[in-house]
Amino acid sequence: MFTPEMMESVKKVEATRNERMGMEPRRMTADEKDALLKAFHPDYREEAFEEIKIGPNKGQKANKELVHMLHSNSRLLTDKVDMDKIDMDVDVLVIGGGGAGASAAIEAKNAGADVCIVTKLRIGDANTMMAEGGIQAADKENDSPVQHYLDAFGGGHFAARPELLKRLVMEAPEAIQWLNKLGVMFDKDKDGRMVTTHGGGTSRKRMHACKDYSGAEIMRTLRDEVLNLGIPVIEFTSAVELIRDDKGQVAGAVLLNMETGDYLVARAKTVIIATGGAGRMHYQGFPTSNHYGATADGLILGYRAGVPLLYQDTIQYHPTGVAYPSQIYGALVTEKVRSLGAMLVNRDGEAFMHPLETRDVSAASIIRECTARGKGVTTPLGSGVWLDTPMIELIGGEGTIEKRIPAMLRMYMNYGIDMRKLPILVYPTLHYQNGGLEIGGDGFTKVIDNLLVAGEAVGGIHGRNRLMGNSLLDIIVFGRNAGKAAAARAKEVEPGRMNLDHVAAYAEELKSAGIDTGDVSPLLLPKYARHER
Amino acid sequence: MEKMVNVYFFGKKYSVPADLTIMTAMEYAGYTLKRGCGCRHGFCGACATIYRIRGKNELKTCLACQTQVEEGMYVASIPFFPTDKRTYEMEDLKPNQQVMMELYPEIYSCIGCNACTKACTQDLNVMQYIAYAQRGELEKCAEESFDCVACGCCSVRCPAEISHPMVGLLARRLTGKYIAPESKHLTKRVEEIHEGQYDELIEKIMQKPITEMQELYNTREIEK
Repeated sequence: MFTPEMMESVKKVEATRNERMGMEPRRMTADEKDALLKAFHPDYREEAFEEIKIGPNKGQKANKELVHMLHSNSRLLTDKVDMDKIDMDVDVLVIGGGGAGASAAIEAKNAGADVCIVTKLRIGDANTMMAEGGIQAADKENDSPVQHYLDAFGGGHFAARPELLKRLVMEAPEAIQWLNKLGVMFDKDKDGRMVTTHGGGTSRKRMHACKDYSGAEIMRTLRDEVLNLGIPVIEFTSAVELIRDDKGQVAGAVLLNMETGDYLVARAKTVIIATGGAGRMHYQGFPTSNHYGATADGLILGYRAGVPLLYQDTIQYHPTGVAYPSQIYGALVTEKVRSLGAMLVNRDGEAFMHPLETRDVSAASIIRECTARGKGVTTPLGSGVWLDTPMIELIGGEGTIEKRIPAMLRMYMNYGIDMRKLPILVYPTLHYQNGGLEIGGDGFTKVIDNLLVAGEAVGGIHGRNRLMGNSLLDIIVFGRNAGKAAAARAKEVEPGRMNLDHVAAYAEELKSAGIDTGDVSPLLLPKYARHER
Repeated sequence: MEKMVNVYFFGKKYSVPADLTIMTAMEYAGYTLKRGCGCRHGFCGACATIYRIRGKNELKTCLACQTQVEEGMYVASIPFFPTDKRTYEMEDLKPNQQVMMELYPEIYSCIGCNACTKACTQDLNVMQYIAYAQRGELEKCAEESFDCVACGCCSVRCPAEISHPMVGLLARRLTGKYIAPESKHLTKRVEEIHEGQYDELIEKIMQKPITEMQELYNTREIEK
């Protein structure tokens, strides 16, 4: 339940609700948005960033926490692994068991490849499972892939790689169709028309959803299909390093059994990095909506093998993370709550912005409200603004919340907050890694021609900000493409002699640059255990 | 001084802050979780947990990430539960009662004890959705089981040894694939794209200079 101070503010929110119901707050101009972002978006906080001193992105910046990992050495510098003892030998090795990895594995298998998934936790323990709001595709009459392109390109500050964005929007309807044929239960009306809504920054209602379990519904279907196809899934096994060969190709990966601490050598003709995001790095001390294993592992592995990063300095802070209660601090409150009509309202009951600005603009606006303007509501862990959820019931009719966003209702009811009757408190949470490893339109990295990347570990699909519903989309589109391409390439690859020379070379570079963090990377799991000594 | 409570992880006593969840309390106690921890926000079902409050008879099930600690809580996490998933080729199935009879015949051994429903961490009416499955009412089974996170607590408690989450999953896939009506606008758009109707337009927009794109973006009409 809310504190008495919070309830005082709730009264002000209730007092202005009727008046707000009839109005639509003004959208910001391009100049206003630019100024707001520069002043309040965490990507612009210079003191949070550090220069990368070695490797392909030398001289560029990234959040300190990522730079620390990039500046750390491999576990395999001290832990020696015998490359001649091969534990697994496959055509296609998929690293990561989320939506991108599962899609890739399904397509590789269907293309006849011998494919295997290795994953640090369980298959499906991934950000995909937690995506709530929906997936975009321009499949309605008033919409087109070109309109989708424009929305995504503008929302991403005109920085997306056109060759990647083109694939995203052009292959979106087919991605939805593929999922539907696998049995994903999209929200449809009785005639089969998809029920679609807006997301922040969309100009057409093209957000397809499965209530507010969109990602979960997609992930559990993909997982079921992976298992039906008999694709081996090696769980609780992380990749700690890529293996290369004397021909300059990638040749597999060194794996770590998370439970026993034993290493394994996996040989493969093609490798797909589908390791996901980085929320658990807690950049700038932000809480996160990400799953437990989101620690940027793939970025470290790829970078050490020589693959450049793109837009590694841009992170998406989802505007509406839970600000209160503390037990679920940082958990995602889906954008769909705003799509359904809830407004963002400050301590005094004022709607301080249009609720469907893009995510970066919305996050910066909430931060401004809570800092410079001093109109946030104080919470035990900081502050937040109101998301006026009772408006949803007024607009959509009684029962809308239970029908359309049951997960949100359940999450808050666990703590005695009925969002149908009371607004909820939100504050930005670390949600998505806009940047990642650089790939070409075919999914391959540009420096190693049998190494692919798919999903959140890719940089450049969205540019410097991502629209809601375009990530569930990209994991399917780029995951499937990667699986097909990896299976095809595997037929041509002639493996060479495996080595970890790039690990030693990286260590030398660090040494020459005078860097010694005393740590190893990738992180694998966040360090949450509290130890008294 | 923050309020503390005594909890027992696998029978061992720890004093932890009262406002933590079971999951964060375990970390406070010094555990580095590997199993029993996934999304940490109630969507993945990795942290199925069983507990009993000291002095009380009732055995409860929950998700460790969504449940606050209580004084005298005896906690055991369920790191893995061997639910019994059958494999099938979706293209070969038909959305009828026969499918359930063939793939999950044990659902007809349900004794109606309702232990599954009581154990559900999502407060779903599990026994009801199994009943729908028995009758071949797949759409109702799909709807009733929709919020399932497959934590497996229902199956742990089931005397008939039913793997409820797998039954719900099959019903949902059959519903999504066969029962829900086709989205004709989607089929049409996919065809249009395959026919190349957007090829020229997309190439054109890809070539536009940034200034023109900015103008287009900032003045685009937004559907009400």
